[in-house]
Amino acid sequence: MADPVFIAVAVLTVGAAIIALEARELIYGAVALAVSMLGIAGFFLLLDAPFVAVFQIAVYVGAVAVLIIFTVMLVRTQALFTTKEDKKRKGAGIALMLIIMASFGALLLASGLNGQFGSFGDSATVDFTEIGELMLTYYAPALILMGLTLAGAVIAALALARREDVEQQHERAD
Amino acid sequence: MSELIDFLIVSIALVAIGIYGLVVKRNAIRMLFSIEIIANAANLTLVAFSRGLPNAQGQTFALFSIAIAAAEVAVGLGLIIVAYRLYREIDVAEFRSMRG
Repeated sequence: MADPVFIAVAVLTVGAAIIALEARELIYGAVALAVSMLGIAGFFLLLDAPFVAVFQIAVYVGAVAVLIIFTVMLVRTQALFTTKEDKKRKGAGIALMLIIMASFGALLLASGLNGQFGSFGDSATVDFTEIGELMLTYYAPALILMGLTLAGAVIAALALARREDVEQQHERAD
Repeated sequence: MSELIDFLIVSIALVAIGIYGLVVKRNAIRMLFSIEIIANAANLTLVAFSRGLPNAQGQTFALFSIAIAAAEVAVGLGLIIVAYRLYREIDVAEFRSMRG
């Protein structure tokens, strides 16, 4: 059976995820998303993966949440408050969500994964030095590719966010 | 202590919430939230299996996944800002034409 800490973190994560989608103001939704990411980091700590947990906090709570909050502030507030969703669509969405939860949950509980590996408390854990070793030996090409992808994404984001109309006005002024 | 199945059930719940958000919400930023929630559920599954086996490759893959998701958010928000500049709107139903 699950322990109380697990249940607390699960309620925090799932509840914050629901608030992120349902909060009236988008900025509160962004903060709730950050809380949900923190909850996921808590799960990583429960799974004895402190390195991944710290990475998750640094990237998601430190970078992604701040980026989203900045974007929310850039966008006109009136566009954020108008919620144009019909009740029928929402009801169908909730029904779809419950069907996915129930069917996949039943599938998991009936599958051989239920009870596999036993309780996590007593088994051996993964040493995080092993992760560093893997990243620099077997996964070194993937690491380089990921660096290139990140550089490409940063350049693409800069190119997308560039204001061409302002630059053209500057050129005309010159 | 908790078992593998508990983490998998939380992951399924997060995926279902993310799909609900993608289906119902018309706000582009909220759809991005949903994508993030689904990506995090996937990471949780990876680390849970990595703990169960135990095998370091699951955690390594989760690290790669987190980094790629960060890049995806940067580009996604850039696209939303461009769309907002063109349409003065972040409702995806309003993004009809391909002009721009």
